[in-house]
Amino acid sequence: MREISYAEAIREALQEEMKRDPSVFVMGEDVGVFGGVFGVTKGLLEAFGEERVRDTPISEAAIVGAGLGAAMMGMRPVVEIMFGDFLFCAGDQIANQVAKARFMSGGRANVPLTIRVTTGAPGSAAAQHSQSVESWFMNVPGLKIATPASPQDAKGLLKTAIRGEDPVLFFEHKMLYDTQGPVPEDESLCIPFGEAAVVRSGEDVTLVGIGGTVEKALDAADHLAAEGISAEVIDPRTLIPLDKETLIESVAKTSRVVITYEGHLRSGAGAEIAAMLAEQAIEYLDGPIFRVGARNVPLPYNPGLEAYVLPRTADIVEAAKRFW
Amino acid sequence: MTSSRSEPETRGATNLSAYSKDLLAELFRRMTLVREFELRAIAERREGLIPGFIHSCVGQEATAVGACLALQAEDVITSTHRGHGHLIGKGGDPRYMMAELAARSEGYCRGRGGSLHIADFELGILGANGIVAGGIPIAVGAALAFAMRDERRVALSFFGDGAVNEGAFHEAANLAGLWQLPVVFFCENNLYGEGTPQAEQAPIEDLARRAEGYGFPGVIVDGNDVLAVYDVTAEAISRARQGGGPTFIEGKTYRYRGHYEGDPQVYRPQEELDAWRERDAIQRFRERLIQSGQFDGEDLEAIEEDVADRLDQAVAFAQRGSEPAPEEALQGVYGDTHDGLVF
Repeated sequence: MREISYAEAIREALQEEMKRDPSVFVMGEDVGVFGGVFGVTKGLLEAFGEERVRDTPISEAAIVGAGLGAAMMGMRPVVEIMFGDFLFCAGDQIANQVAKARFMSGGRANVPLTIRVTTGAPGSAAAQHSQSVESWFMNVPGLKIATPASPQDAKGLLKTAIRGEDPVLFFEHKMLYDTQGPVPEDESLCIPFGEAAVVRSGEDVTLVGIGGTVEKALDAADHLAAEGISAEVIDPRTLIPLDKETLIESVAKTSRVVITYEGHLRSGAGAEIAAMLAEQAIEYLDGPIFRVGARNVPLPYNPGLEAYVLPRTADIVEAAKRFW
Repeated sequence: MTSSRSEPETRGATNLSAYSKDLLAELFRRMTLVREFELRAIAERREGLIPGFIHSCVGQEATAVGACLALQAEDVITSTHRGHGHLIGKGGDPRYMMAELAARSEGYCRGRGGSLHIADFELGILGANGIVAGGIPIAVGAALAFAMRDERRVALSFFGDGAVNEGAFHEAANLAGLWQLPVVFFCENNLYGEGTPQAEQAPIEDLARRAEGYGFPGVIVDGNDVLAVYDVTAEAISRARQGGGPTFIEGKTYRYRGHYEGDPQVYRPQEELDAWRERDAIQRFRERLIQSGQFDGEDLEAIEEDVADRLDQAVAFAQRGSEPAPEEALQGVYGDTHDGLVF
């Protein structure tokens, strides 16, 4: 199968969906002429014109709110918020308007809105351009949350998001944009939400990775294999809905679990997964549920400090080895 | 009006003979319906039929009805916490509204939204809102959809004087001005943002001046003169529909009751309220209709009786309504096969 990058996979999904459906359009800061600050939307302006590839002012609340209004009027906007950190500028629109419009109206509002946003630490971007804020929005019923970790998942999940009827926060990890991977040349590739991927099969311990930590969990599994420990790596792929069954099945097999995520450890995405496993799978577990996340301090600029704060492959290996 | 105007224009009363009798009657009917709806809702809340907040718009009927009747059926509005007038103005059915206030399954939102969140997409009501500037970007997005599809439809966003101090207003107004979208920003300036006078919330008295900064005209209108509101809004809508971009309309008006029912209203003088009551929009319009010779007292009483009947029916409809089953709370969160599931 051909290999393309995570960024190319996202661009392909946008191109295919815009070709397929005239109601799909892209809107955000520097998505047009600039081609996106990470180059993801490069070429879309030339292909689809400025009506459907709209550069906006730096106005996150207006970008999301206008996306909501257009979505309720039958369009399928894909809006981009340049950094996850900037979602807070659109906080009311996301948490009070977008997420709740359908429910508050008794199920009448249709909100086919995709909010693409970058997440994770790209290296020395400091405390306001590096955060992984997925879990903030896990506490908001009405949103769906996707965290693709591979080019194929990025493409397939984005197409599902665009074709769906509900608002989706689509978290693209900045350090994955150049990652290459196999992606089928299939315009109907839609990966359903709520289906985790067993990225690597194993017997002794389950490593759950989310977005950028899936790769780290795979690296950790290599290290553990060298020491005779067989690790299974699970990527939930979407946090809402969450595929609890696959997670529970895995720990039923391995009896041990380490959950790793790049958000801050406290109340991060993995905290919810840990609580779910504690409630629903405690009988399978031989020990504590370990979490490996970012330390509970703002992300520092200095590379050494930053590396100390972020979860590392070695931290995952170390956590897994605590079972033995 | 021209787009280069730097000072907002003030618009006032007009000659009645310029309007059709049907329009005049409808303006009177809907304003009466709005006022009586509010008074009935307040009474029914006291009786225990309505469990939640009511932010009544008694006193502000002319801005809601005058602006809405200038819209076409295919146009849309976003509304506010003080939204019952907007909903009735846009054609909302008092039965489903009262049932929603009573939290019944038969209500507009099946009892999930209440007064603050009533919506009817078929009527172009994109929702009342619990956040004062929350609906403004949404209206701009609706206008964007209309513009992209060349539909010649218009979105009108209602909001209060308090909302123009929230960031969402500024971001949305800037975007609409930049893209010349078919949207009308209708500010009902009732002089109070919750319990604080407007003069203590903004350094300018005429909020329509804010339009200048976003590149479109601002107009001030007597918000207690329904015909003046109708005219100014019709002009703004017409320009928007023809691709001429947004307008900010500031209707100066006043609410007779508290921010919410139960508000002790320690923040305003009785004399101010009394003075505004002298300028009551419905009473003034009633007198003008009779003075014009086009209507007599009996015509208007017939309308008032009809309104009372409709509200009797609305209250009875709400009283007869059913209580949703508790597990219905899980429905309507998502629009696909995930609906009804709690993850």
